[in-house]
Amino acid sequence: MSDALWSERQKSTWRTKVGLAEMLKGGVIMDVTSPEQAKIAADAGAQAVMALERVPADIRTQGGVARMSDPQMIRGIQDVVTIPVMAKCRIGHFVEAQILEALGVDFVDESEVLTPADERYHVNKHEFKVPFVCGCRDLGEALRRIGEGAAMIRTKGEAGTGDIVEAVRHLRTVTDEIRRLGALPPEELMTVAKELGAPYDLVVEVARTGKLPVPNFSAGGVATPADAALMMQLGAEAVFVGSGVFKSADPARRARAIVDAVANFDNPHKLAEISRGLGEPMSGMSTSTMEDGQRIAGRGW
Amino acid sequence: MSLTGVLSYQGGFERHLERLAGLGVRTLPVRSVEALERVDALIIPGGESTTIGMLMERFGIMQALLARIATGLPVFGTCAGAILLAADIEGSEQPRLGALDITVRRNAYGRQIESFEADVSDAAWNGAAFHGVFIRAPQIVRVGAGVRTILRFESLPVLVREKNMLAATFHPELTGDDRIHRYFLEEVAGI
Repeated sequence: MSDALWSERQKSTWRTKVGLAEMLKGGVIMDVTSPEQAKIAADAGAQAVMALERVPADIRTQGGVARMSDPQMIRGIQDVVTIPVMAKCRIGHFVEAQILEALGVDFVDESEVLTPADERYHVNKHEFKVPFVCGCRDLGEALRRIGEGAAMIRTKGEAGTGDIVEAVRHLRTVTDEIRRLGALPPEELMTVAKELGAPYDLVVEVARTGKLPVPNFSAGGVATPADAALMMQLGAEAVFVGSGVFKSADPARRARAIVDAVANFDNPHKLAEISRGLGEPMSGMSTSTMEDGQRIAGRGW
Repeated sequence: MSLTGVLSYQGGFERHLERLAGLGVRTLPVRSVEALERVDALIIPGGESTTIGMLMERFGIMQALLARIATGLPVFGTCAGAILLAADIEGSEQPRLGALDITVRRNAYGRQIESFEADVSDAAWNGAAFHGVFIRAPQIVRVGAGVRTILRFESLPVLVREKNMLAATFHPELTGDDRIHRYFLEEVAGI
């Protein structure tokens, strides 16, 4: 039995941070912008919600600087759901992260979807009690974020487009690079670490274990149950859905269908049933016709 | 050779499967009634109890599993799995199995930033401490007459057993210590 006071006990260790990420495998995390939407997401079976002021599709069309959400709105969402509540801070904006931690959010997403606050450095995530998730496009970026303390990694995809192609590219890139590392002799790993721009110790660990040291989720462009199941079959361990739910014609039905699809991602007969008659998906925009300036996946360093 | 299932809709199923495989046990991720019918024992992992309960109802697992528990299927619930087994969940009408005579309080230690690790020691278990990982953990605030408390932490039960059901409020699958999994397999399931 511990003699220490509750407040004196060691809390929020690396293991409890990555542990929460483990507990979020096999499910769906949904972007919500109000307590009403959070209720719809939770009732549909979302395992967590991401509280933000505008979904990525609206950030794209409305422009301007996208920042951390109003704490009052985050509190409002925390009050109506029992599932974990996540929220986004700008890349490098450690004060937004401090505020989110003070609010007691369960995960902070240091996200390229918001306008970056620092063009060179990300938040030192080790300093925080709250766990962080960060986006990546390739293995080097994933390992840099883990090196900074991220307890969960997600693909960036191209948020707010409803086009899955970038998320597929990013996930395939990460898994291909992990496989390649596993085949290399030890003397090549230092040079590979240099080329990837990744911490050497993490490169050695991935080469040995064949996987990232933290859960690897997918985000950015999921609009249909089939998109979600595709990412799961490609090896994602859970799925974030941003604009795909609440920019569709029937959010409650689509939310539930995406949850059911992730739970049955390898069963095409069930997926066929789940995908029937959901109404219009978000209209979306093709990433292949986008100008470089319109892409947000390039944010982060 | 017997088959041990892990309910794998959502949550910490992967670590349980790894831990079981490490003990040389044949495993099956359970995501359908057909898979459930094949297993000789089942672990219900941590995760979000509301989400897992909802998916169990949607895909017919809830009734099928209740029927199997009633006829003796050994089950082990960790964290959310313990909540799903509990007869009473304070302030919640969420879907559950309700087979284990305990009352639980969800997220009883607070939000994620209050998650913690602590040693849970018990003289009855060879005296060696268990390293408990408590993540948005529930508390067991009442145990029924037929329920035996195996481990306590700060005077509250954290590992309890009633007949073929074992429940932990923490995550033995997240540490390298496999004693609780072995206890479930050997003592509860007889595998």
